Amino acid sequence: MDAVIWSRIQFAMTAAYHWLFVPLTLGLALVMAVMETLYVVKGDEFWKKTAQFWIKIFAINFAVGIATGLILEFEFGTNWSNYSWFVGDMFGAPLAIEGILAFFIEATFFAVMFFGWNKVSKKFHLASTWLTGIGATISAYWILVANSWMQNPVGTTFNPDTVRSEMASAAAFWEVVTNPVAISKFCHSVTSGWMTGGIFVVGVSAWYLLKGREKKFATKSMLIGAIVGLVGSAAVMLSGDSSGVHAAEYQPMKLAAAEGLEDGGNGAAFTIVPGVKIPKLLSFLATHDFNGYVPGINDIMNGYTDNKGNVVPSVAEKMAMGRTALDALALYRASDDPAVKADALEILNANVQYMGYGHLEKAEDIIPPVGIVFWSFRLMVGLGMLLALVLLLALIAAWKDKKWNWLLWAAIWSIPLVYICGQCGWIVAEVGRQPWTIQGLLPVNVAISSLSAAAVKTTFFVFLAIFALFLVIEIRIMLRAIKKGPEVEPKNA
Amino acid sequence: MSYEFLQNYWWVLIAVLGGLLVALMFVQGGNLHLGNNALSDIQKRMILNSTGRKWELTFTTLVTFGGAFFASFPLFYSTSFGGAYWVWVLLLITFVFQAVAYEFQNKKGNLLGVKGFRIALMANGLLAPLLVGTAVGTFFTGSPFTVNKLAIANPAAPVISTWDSPWNGLEALGQFHAVLLGLALVFLTAILGSLYVLNNVDDEKIHFQMRRSIKLSVLPFLVTFLSWLVWLLLRDGFAVAPDGVVSMEPYKYWHNLIQMPAVLVMVLVGVVLVLYSLYLGMFSTSRKGIWFAMPGTVLVVMAVFFLAGYNGTSYYPSYTDLQSSLHLRNSSSSYFTLMLMSWVSLLIPFVLAYIAYAWHQMDSKKITAEEITEEDHKY
Repeated sequence: MDAVIWSRIQFAMTAAYHWLFVPLTLGLALVMAVMETLYVVKGDEFWKKTAQFWIKIFAINFAVGIATGLILEFEFGTNWSNYSWFVGDMFGAPLAIEGILAFFIEATFFAVMFFGWNKVSKKFHLASTWLTGIGATISAYWILVANSWMQNPVGTTFNPDTVRSEMASAAAFWEVVTNPVAISKFCHSVTSGWMTGGIFVVGVSAWYLLKGREKKFATKSMLIGAIVGLVGSAAVMLSGDSSGVHAAEYQPMKLAAAEGLEDGGNGAAFTIVPGVKIPKLLSFLATHDFNGYVPGINDIMNGYTDNKGNVVPSVAEKMAMGRTALDALALYRASDDPAVKADALEILNANVQYMGYGHLEKAEDIIPPVGIVFWSFRLMVGLGMLLALVLLLALIAAWKDKKWNWLLWAAIWSIPLVYICGQCGWIVAEVGRQPWTIQGLLPVNVAISSLSAAAVKTTFFVFLAIFALFLVIEIRIMLRAIKKGPEVEPKNA
Repeated sequence: MSYEFLQNYWWVLIAVLGGLLVALMFVQGGNLHLGNNALSDIQKRMILNSTGRKWELTFTTLVTFGGAFFASFPLFYSTSFGGAYWVWVLLLITFVFQAVAYEFQNKKGNLLGVKGFRIALMANGLLAPLLVGTAVGTFFTGSPFTVNKLAIANPAAPVISTWDSPWNGLEALGQFHAVLLGLALVFLTAILGSLYVLNNVDDEKIHFQMRRSIKLSVLPFLVTFLSWLVWLLLRDGFAVAPDGVVSMEPYKYWHNLIQMPAVLVMVLVGVVLVLYSLYLGMFSTSRKGIWFAMPGTVLVVMAVFFLAGYNGTSYYPSYTDLQSSLHLRNSSSSYFTLMLMSWVSLLIPFVLAYIAYAWHQMDSKKITAEEITEEDHKY
């Protein structure tokens, strides 16, 4: 395997690993902030101890999330050198805002939240707990603005003098910030974090109830966890719907891969599993019209006319235009003759939207791994619905103070399932957009650094070992903290 | 605002972040005391909890420093990170272990034991300043790389910035002048760490050990830093002509210093502040040395960045292809992006204000042995 493949594997591993910790951070932040608010409002020590327990769990999870975030930031530069240059100007403003508005809020107020119980006032502490979660959420928005720009590169102009994408005006920045993909992705990701946090709290509470321990703590925690999780689930479904529409509009190949749709058309059927289809449903989900046109893989390869009547060229035609753009760029950069440069620039501008296609070796390269995307999508949706049901039943059980052992077991098993669900979501989003780092503009084989495969392979295994070690330690420490319990009430009370 | 003004302004912000990062590396320096056998386990935990309340600030400043470089001078980010691969990966690994070491080390079931995580913290305490210092040192000695923007039009070899050494960054460790700055930073952060713990922890024995440690670090710090500085002022530097052509100029950094009197003042004021903090740490009963050492450090580091980047100087020179050298005019983001980010940067005083407020609230009560033995929320 070459350096491109190893770099992709390394980045995919880091991103997936990071995404094990971020959703719980986002979800638990909300749960514990609600609990501490109840403490401040009601003045009941029970809520203080309850909040303190979940903050302790939050802290165990938080450190690895931060550490892996730094690795991702570094890997943009270390492994994706061309990408860093190509997008640096576009990501500058979102990253500056993220750094100034979010990172320091998180870092500063986390320390106050964790250590400040006897050092700052009650209200300042409560504000710190909320600000820790708000900081994490703001951070998520800006990094998802950057990610979404890669999925749908709006507000950009290619500058042949600097050879990169540039943001040229306030209108362009506004386009980037309000990119519809960013808004739905932010809602989808953050609320899936709430769902993860809710499931986690419900699952841990269920364990206490099964053991006959910490009954009041577990019941109240389950109630709040289920509410947060259900709100998250509802928002995940709504934002998932808009994600589907956006994929159809901006990344039709991703949608075709997620559906395993070889030949599309009007009134396309949705495949639940191979052989089981619901007529017209895919068209409705993708276009909100039962007879809307959805292109399949072959249509995209051969060219088609979309729902707005636009003729989309075949991949072979796009590749030809892309190569024309690259040749024109080379001529523009190499020539000193103003007339030649002007002609080259005209040709470049006429073909620049397909420039990324000029780097492809063959048309088939634009097809992502269909099987992985297809099954990840089904697993994500199926598990999401199952988990929402568990949360609903947990809410009823906690509300009515019922102890249904089968539900408690289901809640415990939901914890690994919610992580699988989240990972599948990222696989659909990220594997589904292959081979593009930036949709249509920069394929992975051009986004790379000039490194040997051996160097990247070495760091991949180093990071793999570190990640595995940290995961085992994190789980062991967390399980011990849970076994020890919140000590809100005596054991067997 | 002109494009040049914005490029210069963002170099100021990079310098400020670099200065803050080095000043906040008292966390790394403080953690070196975790290996001090003269201290009891409780005393080590007091130090751990002292630096532990600030490590995220240092870590976040590192992230923001990297992010600011990515945002304002992306060609540096893509060239240096993609080329000096091993230096950045090594730095990354030490910080990754540091991030989890606080939370994990005193928890049962952590596999590596207390000792394992303390070694990780001490390794970070040594390697982080050494690598950061050496990397900044290469701003003056140069690195082996070539930048060719036309490469992206060549599908067979599309990478714009290529590294011309198979050592991918490790070759910097062979440049003694760059390593000298790294070593100076190791001793400086050790001093900062001792001054910080001296201020933040209430324990006589720890105070004695911190003052002793400052005395031990002063001489090697002064020797390494002054040797580096004198060498810098005597060496040839990478000058950038108004047309962008890069050439070697004898005594370039000396010229920069005398042609930019404000930078000279910054160096002098910064050095005086650091020296005064050393006096307080070694020869008086005051525990406030850190409040002079940190601003002094920020000023000196900023001055170092100004010497590297202003007055027609290449801040990231290439010694294998001089014309590939990076300077403020050929490596920055576009006019609009720099302007937009400059507006955002007006929020920085607000950020500093709430950090200072939270810091003051948290540190108004010093760390005591009772707190470490009785409090539930601790490292």
